[in-house]
Amino acid sequence: MPTISRNLVVPLGSKVMQGKFTKGASQGTSLQELSELPAFHVLPHPLPRTPMIEVAHLTKCFGPITAVRDLSFRVRAGEVVGILGPNGAGKTTTMRVLTCYLPATSGEVKVGGFDAVEHSLEVRRRIGYLPENAPLYGDMTVRDYLRFMARVRRLAARLIERRIQEMTAVCGLQAVLGRVIGELSKGYRQRVGLAQALIHEPQILILDEPTSGLDPNQIAEIRQLIKTLGRERTVILCTHILPEVSMTCDRILILSNGGLVAQGTTEELSRQAAGDAVYHLTLRPPQGLPAEGDGRHAALGEVRAKLEAMPGIRRPECLETIDGGRARFRVSADAARDLGEELFRLAVENGWTLSELRREAVSLEEVFSRLTTREK
Amino acid sequence: MKNILLITAKEFQSYFNSSIAYIFMTVFLVLTHWLFFRGFFLFNQATLRPFFALLPWVFLFFVPAITMRLWAEERKLGTMEVLMTLPLKDYEVVLGKFFAAYGLLILTVVLSFPLVIVVATFGDPDSGQLWGGFLGAILLGGAYLSLGLFVSSLSENQIVAFILGVALSFLLLILGESFVLLAAPGWVAPLLEYLGLHTHFESIGRGVLDSRDVIYYLSVMVFFLFLNVRSVESRKWK
Ligand SMILES: Nc1ncnc2c1ncn2[C@@H]1O[C@H](COP(=O)(O)OP(=O)(O)O)[C@@H](O)[C@H]1O
Ligand SMILES: [Mg+2]
Repeated sequence: MPTISRNLVVPLGSKVMQGKFTKGASQGTSLQELSELPAFHVLPHPLPRTPMIEVAHLTKCFGPITAVRDLSFRVRAGEVVGILGPNGAGKTTTMRVLTCYLPATSGEVKVGGFDAVEHSLEVRRRIGYLPENAPLYGDMTVRDYLRFMARVRRLAARLIERRIQEMTAVCGLQAVLGRVIGELSKGYRQRVGLAQALIHEPQILILDEPTSGLDPNQIAEIRQLIKTLGRERTVILCTHILPEVSMTCDRILILSNGGLVAQGTTEELSRQAAGDAVYHLTLRPPQGLPAEGDGRHAALGEVRAKLEAMPGIRRPECLETIDGGRARFRVSADAARDLGEELFRLAVENGWTLSELRREAVSLEEVFSRLTTREK
Repeated sequence: MKNILLITAKEFQSYFNSSIAYIFMTVFLVLTHWLFFRGFFLFNQATLRPFFALLPWVFLFFVPAITMRLWAEERKLGTMEVLMTLPLKDYEVVLGKFFAAYGLLILTVVLSFPLVIVVATFGDPDSGQLWGGFLGAILLGGAYLSLGLFVSSLSENQIVAFILGVALSFLLLILGESFVLLAAPGWVAPLLEYLGLHTHFESIGRGVLDSRDVIYYLSVMVFFLFLNVRSVESRKWK
């Protein structure tokens, strides 16, 4: 059963990925392989009626580094879309191109029908942007800052004070309105950043890691706020935290290594994930695993080759080796078929001693970490 | 235009919020007055020329101090990303910041106006030289400011921006000095003399308002402000 843990933060780029997915030297899942997998193949999403944001074949290079590679997606008006990916996936870079801070190296970006390069001012008028880490002017008071932003956004003078009041109420800034921004806590700064992004009632709200550095209560508050805001406008939320998007977003785009690796609603992605089953096997080859050296490597390779040769099995990997000459393997398979018996038979034929054979459903977290595991 | 003024107002307010303005004006006025009066009672001449003669050297350190943060801090704090994604044109932001710094500098120069009264009570100063001196100071200050602002956009470190600002201003200042001219090959000497900040400052200070001097200063400002717009854009070139 695919489950989404509400409070588990997937520790990307840390132990889970490296430990589970990249231990065997050749086991890293490459994007190439991924795109060949039917289960996770990027599904064409139903075309939006009125695309508010259209990104077509966006590529952004910084010198030799390609931060975003041939990225295409659309966002309908009113949709709340989460862009999920580990650090360095290219989320911030994509947002910078959308907000006209950086131009694309190639490809096209349209916001509200306007080209981000040719009609940059029109695009910028329609967007409210909260960059990563909520950069703010430390020497201004919250009120002065919001007033300045409102003026630059060309709000009518008689509306400004009322709008500041509204934003204060929406973002919970009553207590700090007269305070100097530099003295505020991270949570309040994030809210000031949100208020600033919303002051001109933009059609599109872009938030880059809006909950990073906040404590759990503040995170819950900000997420609630994003949910509320998403009722009436288009929102793009970038994050590396899976529960954040699965809680707040209508649709998730998963970015890895600068490319889109999957997209869909939480349910769709979970369903795709459920199409996959994972078996864990702990086994001992007939003579046990040699303690070290080439022999050990060869023995592991042999087991892997046998597993791989079995029909219906994908991507066998060795997770770890255990004392007593045993090794733990993990294989993926189609959920529709029960391969337990066949795996058992395979073990008997090869003289492996099985001490564990377990089938496991794939969670959304797992889909995510599998999709975003980098090639080593 | 309105956009420029909005940025100017915000930056100008910032100088006062962060007390930079008060410190700047106080230290500048105390220092220049002290240096001036030391000589004034010694030589007993009713003229502000020694005061104006100080300004190119005092500005050398004071002007980069008010421009160093204007871009460096935006880059350091990351606020540049918000600022440059507002519906503002790059040149509007550059000019807005420039005018804010200019406002502070002009205010400071104006605050030294009581010196005129002091000098006038002791004698009869040449009014052409007085006005020429103030105008020259403001034009020279503007040239330094545009250079300092441009340099600030090159680094996210304010200290680097300050030191580079002082160094480049110094170079530009002494370009037309006689010892530089003597060392330079004959054909570049007139060019250097024209490009040097000091030459023009002295000619305005004599009370002769030559449009060529004014045009020179305005061109220097336009040049560095243009470079500034380009350097703000340069994030897009990589
Ligand atoms: N200004 C830049 N210059 C050079 N490389 C950059 C720049 N900005 C981002 N990158 C690189 O692009 C990649 C994507 O970064 P980023 O978009 O910040 O990812 P994310 O926001 O998903 O963590 C990273 O490898 C990063 O080092
Ligand atoms: Mg980022």
